[in-house]
Amino acid sequence: MEYRGPKRIRATQKPMPEILHPEDAIVRVTRSCICGSDLHLYNGNVPDTRVGQTFGHEFTGVVEEIGSEVTKLKVGDNVLVPFNIACGKCIFCKQGLFGNCHEAASQASAAGGFFGYSHITGGYDGGQAEYVRVPYANVSPTVIPPGMDIEDAVLLTDVVPTGYQAAEMGGIQTGDTVVVFGAGPVGIMAARCAWLFGAGRVIIIDKEDYRLEFARNYSKCEAYNFQEIGDPVVFIKKQTDWIGADVCIDAVGAEAAGNALQTITGRKTLLQAGSATAVHWAINSVRKGGVVSIVGVYGPTDNLVPIGNVLNKGITIRANQTAVKRHLPRLIEHVQNGVLNPKGLITHRLALEDVADGYRMFSAKLDNCIKTVLIPSTAGM
Amino acid sequence: MEPITHNPSQLPGWNIDNDPENDPTYPMRTRIPDDHKGYSWERPTQQPINIEVLHSIERPNITAVFGTSVPPSGLSGVIRRFAFKYSENSYLHWLPLLLADRVNVVEGVLDDLVHGQVPNIFAEKGYPVEWKYDRKGLIIKLATVAAIAGGVVVLLSSKDKGGKKAKIRSANR
Repeated sequence: MEYRGPKRIRATQKPMPEILHPEDAIVRVTRSCICGSDLHLYNGNVPDTRVGQTFGHEFTGVVEEIGSEVTKLKVGDNVLVPFNIACGKCIFCKQGLFGNCHEAASQASAAGGFFGYSHITGGYDGGQAEYVRVPYANVSPTVIPPGMDIEDAVLLTDVVPTGYQAAEMGGIQTGDTVVVFGAGPVGIMAARCAWLFGAGRVIIIDKEDYRLEFARNYSKCEAYNFQEIGDPVVFIKKQTDWIGADVCIDAVGAEAAGNALQTITGRKTLLQAGSATAVHWAINSVRKGGVVSIVGVYGPTDNLVPIGNVLNKGITIRANQTAVKRHLPRLIEHVQNGVLNPKGLITHRLALEDVADGYRMFSAKLDNCIKTVLIPSTAGM
Repeated sequence: MEPITHNPSQLPGWNIDNDPENDPTYPMRTRIPDDHKGYSWERPTQQPINIEVLHSIERPNITAVFGTSVPPSGLSGVIRRFAFKYSENSYLHWLPLLLADRVNVVEGVLDDLVHGQVPNIFAEKGYPVEWKYDRKGLIIKLATVAAIAGGVVVLLSSKDKGGKKAKIRSANR
């Protein structure tokens, strides 16, 4: 696929990727997904998103070729490829912060390297393609365990670890009330994972009834439509005996609806780095001394958030791009033991050449779309 | 209101990852001995730099690996090079990049035309699938855009006519 401008995507032929570094691998893609954060690119909201780039940071594939210093993979391996490009040598990688590698994105010091996510994350072509160049192949790419369904594996590259990390960063204690803003795939997974950390009550907030119904069934949580509950912050206060939630999770990011001022300034006119409605609600809904966990993606400039309330309430904010590699051993175990069912999130499977339809379907929430998987004709499985 | 899940301990995996030792958790959990040694780690092998790679002035160099997708070119490239003279802390970095992105879209259309390809914008925007699943919404959306565009054209042309008439009256005097 190729980006042609805001809301314009097309399937096209591009040259085969090549080994450019001794730690590179070339992977033939078997499955790739469209992520909610791809919509920020699709809508033209992320600076330095160049016409001609291939998106896609959630993919699995078969190793076709390896560089001279690749020792942990061999040709023919079925791999899942975490969305982070991480060197494993810098101080951040050594800390386990694989989403913050300092040797993968020249164009920005704040962002790490990601596949197919504009030039502020390194300018790499992504996995919504038939073949991808995968740098630092010794570090993050992981051989898919025998017997694991490829559709479970592809969701372990981002959605599952991001939902899991959202819950982990919340520092959930046994019996806590956790509120998740956003019932997209990551929000649904965050709600599911909140139980693993011992939550006593999990509430998810969105405006799409079909997504709320999906979350109610998949995540076994309470689900409410913010268009029907009045002020969502007051609603959460009432639900928590006027104290506020122990943990609030922003699983929406820049595309949030629900506040006209935020929508106009953040999504329509780009005066902010996206609409900050979800994080605004999270800060105001959490209890004093509570934790706000942010995994929703925003642009690199500024956002309107009630920082005074962060101070007044003594809130801890934890946020990060997901360190996928750090979570994989535990999450693979959870999938193999039946604790988590990633592929249950998938609602649509499309051929890669129908990628423009896939983006529109996901973006406009058509046909009750939750998660779309793209299948290249060269997938072979 | 009573919570829907009265007894969460019945849910598969409830509480299995609750670990008091993992608090405070990431991203602040693990500190390492090299934390205060700055940018001194043994760097990976440098990928040969044989294309133009813009790098943030908040770092001293190009990263050991980098993407080679769409190097800067054309007018958008000129704007991007200007933007990279400023740090990520400056609007003079980000706003020109957003401008460059929009210029790049026009360059993309022109490039298509130069190569004899007329972009199928209806298909690129995924309208066929919207027509299939939300025909009414698509019609309303396109009608709204057409109405706004038509209104702007009428407004501009009436102003233009008014201006011409005023000039004619002025000339007749």
